Amino acid sequence: MVESLTTGDLRAVGARLPREDAAEKAIGAAQYLDDIQLPGMLHTAFALSPLAHARIVAVDAEAARSHPGVHGVLTGEDLPRLGGGAIKDMPFLARGKVRYMGEPVAAVAAETPAIAEAAALLVDVEYEELPAVLTIEDALAAGAPLVHDDIGAYELSHPVEHSGNVLSRQEIVEGDVDAAWADCDVIVENEFATGAQYHHALEPTGAVASFDPGGKATVWSTTQSVFRVQAEVAQLLDMPMSKIRAVSPRIGGTFGGKGGAHLQPVAVALARRTGRPVKAVLPRSSDFMSMLRRHPAKISIKTGAKADGTLVARQVEVTLEGGAYCNESPAVLGFALLMARGPYRIPNVRVTGRAVYTNKLRAGGFRGFGNPQSTFAGESQIDELAAALDLDPFDIRLKNAIKAGDTWLGGQTVEACGLIDCIAKLRAATEGRSRKPKPVAGKSRGLGIACLAHVCGLLSTAANVRLLEDGSVTLGTGAVDCGQGSDIALAQICAGSLGLDISRVNYVNPDTDASPYNWSTSGSRTTYMAGRAVATASEEVKERIFEHAAEMMECAAEDLEIRPGGRVGIAGIPDREVSFAEVSRRAHWGVGGPIMGQNALMYDGERFDPKRAIVKGFPFANLGTYVFGAQAVEVEVDEATGSIAVVEGWSAHDVGRAINPLGVEGQIQGGFVQGIGYALTEELVWEGGALANPSMMDYKAPSAMDVPPSINPIVVEHPEPSGPFGAKAIGEPGLIGVAPAIANAVADATGTRLREIPMTPERVLRALKSG
Amino acid sequence: MDTLTRANNNSSVVEDRPNIALTVNGATREAPILTDETLLDTLRVRFGLTGAKRGCNQGVCGTCTVMVDGQAVRACLSLSVNCTGLEIVTVEGLAQDGILDPVQRALVESGAIQCGFCTPGLAIAARALLNENPEPTVEEIRVAVSGNICRCSGYVKIVEAIVMATRG
Ligand code: FES
Ligand code: FES
Repeated sequence: MVESLTTGDLRAVGARLPREDAAEKAIGAAQYLDDIQLPGMLHTAFALSPLAHARIVAVDAEAARSHPGVHGVLTGEDLPRLGGGAIKDMPFLARGKVRYMGEPVAAVAAETPAIAEAAALLVDVEYEELPAVLTIEDALAAGAPLVHDDIGAYELSHPVEHSGNVLSRQEIVEGDVDAAWADCDVIVENEFATGAQYHHALEPTGAVASFDPGGKATVWSTTQSVFRVQAEVAQLLDMPMSKIRAVSPRIGGTFGGKGGAHLQPVAVALARRTGRPVKAVLPRSSDFMSMLRRHPAKISIKTGAKADGTLVARQVEVTLEGGAYCNESPAVLGFALLMARGPYRIPNVRVTGRAVYTNKLRAGGFRGFGNPQSTFAGESQIDELAAALDLDPFDIRLKNAIKAGDTWLGGQTVEACGLIDCIAKLRAATEGRSRKPKPVAGKSRGLGIACLAHVCGLLSTAANVRLLEDGSVTLGTGAVDCGQGSDIALAQICAGSLGLDISRVNYVNPDTDASPYNWSTSGSRTTYMAGRAVATASEEVKERIFEHAAEMMECAAEDLEIRPGGRVGIAGIPDREVSFAEVSRRAHWGVGGPIMGQNALMYDGERFDPKRAIVKGFPFANLGTYVFGAQAVEVEVDEATGSIAVVEGWSAHDVGRAINPLGVEGQIQGGFVQGIGYALTEELVWEGGALANPSMMDYKAPSAMDVPPSINPIVVEHPEPSGPFGAKAIGEPGLIGVAPAIANAVADATGTRLREIPMTPERVLRALKSG
Repeated sequence: MDTLTRANNNSSVVEDRPNIALTVNGATREAPILTDETLLDTLRVRFGLTGAKRGCNQGVCGTCTVMVDGQAVRACLSLSVNCTGLEIVTVEGLAQDGILDPVQRALVESGAIQCGFCTPGLAIAARALLNENPEPTVEEIRVAVSGNICRCSGYVKIVEAIVMATRG
């Protein structure tokens, strides 16, 4: 038992509240996926492909099937449907070919994890090895082996422009770039490369499935969306959605890696096959080898400016390595391109991009969604341009920063925009930090900054709010809180709308049987999108309450006001009021029926300009409203070892309105540290087709010793007209500008520019040596 | 069915092993523990104490941290048979009579808990530190929790929380 939170007055919005489940988590009582135990539950192990690219000649699972303690074995033939993203190209157990080392080929359900693992080793697969495509260059080479022999045979859920190993090709053009170079006084042009980051959620990927006697499956899983799980399992296993209930337990982090189906279809199929509940939890090594990663990118970028720093033209060519299956690659590419101009007024822009298949681990959504790659290149280049023009990095950004009312690349109007405010506050906060190197015995220090933008919006969501008989409320959305704090933020929006203490709001755990609908906890959208639905549904409840109260007190509804603690009174007359409990009892037992509010919406912002045909192959009609930030780091570079230490960080973000400043700060700091890892240490490395570092020992996510003691959040609030209480987003932005800020700080400290991340000591030393 | 019976045993036969006694959160519990069984398996699977988490099972992430005779140890690397006669404290044993340990309270109040998967291990690591060193410096705190990976928080609020816990 733990005490509940309280706000006690009307100010739930803006209160620094810990998340509702914090105490439950602190005492070890929170139930995560692997904590679920069901009677008779079986455990799953997977046989993984030992080859990067091979034809499957034969699969013999007999020895595994007859192993004592084994109850079911599935191979690709048992799961004939394909899933995935825009191109439905992925079997959940390999069929016909294996396309990367670590791809699941068979799944075994047995009485213990150890039996399942032993039996999985008995699955005998005969392979005919094929030449593998391991790099972007391999994929694009003339006559390259094809990762997918016939993309045309796949079902497409969105149109994509594909050919050979290129799974998507896109372009956005504005102005006349080719002509504009002539107007530039300075042009810089460089190549950048970014690495493969692993999501590294502390909780391994997992699913539990169980059938009830009526043939309905319940599936619990580590997921960003119970509704995606329900829909994808239904499609993959040919079940009606009405026979699938998807639930989320507490989630131990996702960061974009658990947006779509992963182990759920296999767990449900095994439960169906064996008639027993089935748990599948990946050992950490398989989580590394078989799940998802961030797209490595190669980016050629050229920017031109006038002598006074006015940006004139930018051309960007992005190539993403997508791995063996399409997943979200076209969307990631599209978003990388949309962000490649940066948050600046540049009249002439051409951004083009390709995503390619390779015989490696799939790449997919990961905090930032293509934006960190583009922003690394773009913001590094702004500093190079500033250096070439002898301008201050703050000044060149302030000079070109976009403002409310400007258009984003692709034609959408930017509504609220606090970018200039972010830059100015960042400048003030870092004032006095020398931008000049202070060499101390082989160590040099420097300051670097970067700007960023992102979006929030996307697709549909819904909420319902029910007034209970005692005047408290139950709030349902279906939005999964993966740890980022959306449950408390949404409850605060509801409590704030109704003037309730936060302890009077019961947030329903996402459950497709009970929750209205939410597309996904993705794209920094939950507070903004689900929050809009919650605010509107709460308003509807408020209107019903006012109708009752007006009748009860014989006054006009317009004269009523919400008072703290769940009461409604006549404005100006303190002692004329009724409680929500009285209203609700009247509604339940006397007049009108229970009070419920609901709202459903689709992101309805402006669409990308289709008329001018400036956007080609783009997978989105519209995306969301824009959010802005500016980040800074001070670094110390050890010129003998090549190691970079981040001494202090600053991160200014226009969040529209901070519904919960404590949560906003946590998102900023957590994102910042993932950004430090992305910039300095984190990289999945392959030797041939084999992942060389599939363990937390060999893949280095930052520990408490690797990060600065101070990462200073600077919260800027330019309310978004369409946002709930003006709120926008903060889920992803904290990560996005960190890598270029560090590269810019290293250049400031040493005079040396690094254009590849992670900036490992070897790369730093090599760069320092070559000057 | 003994859920921990190993694959090389005939799985339908429960082995007749002697019970081994472990003292967990002040109470002694007995079970037919295997000689190669990790403390994490014993706690989570046998005793249903799922507070300690299995983030890596390789001794790196720290999510499985428990206290054994006052020392923070990785339950995924410890053999249960080596813990007989020792005091084992898991995160479930930190709060007393429904009152959170100051470390737990500070983690909650500082906003240091996001997904919470690292929290049980961190709470134990911090408690072990404060038992040994009631007034650690920020640097000592950072060192003490450096074996507990947190992917969500960026560590700033975790360190703030432990500083707060030293004051009560
Ligand atoms: S589970 Fe023990 S250290 Fe990771
Ligand atoms: S709160 Fe998620 S890992 Fe620490």
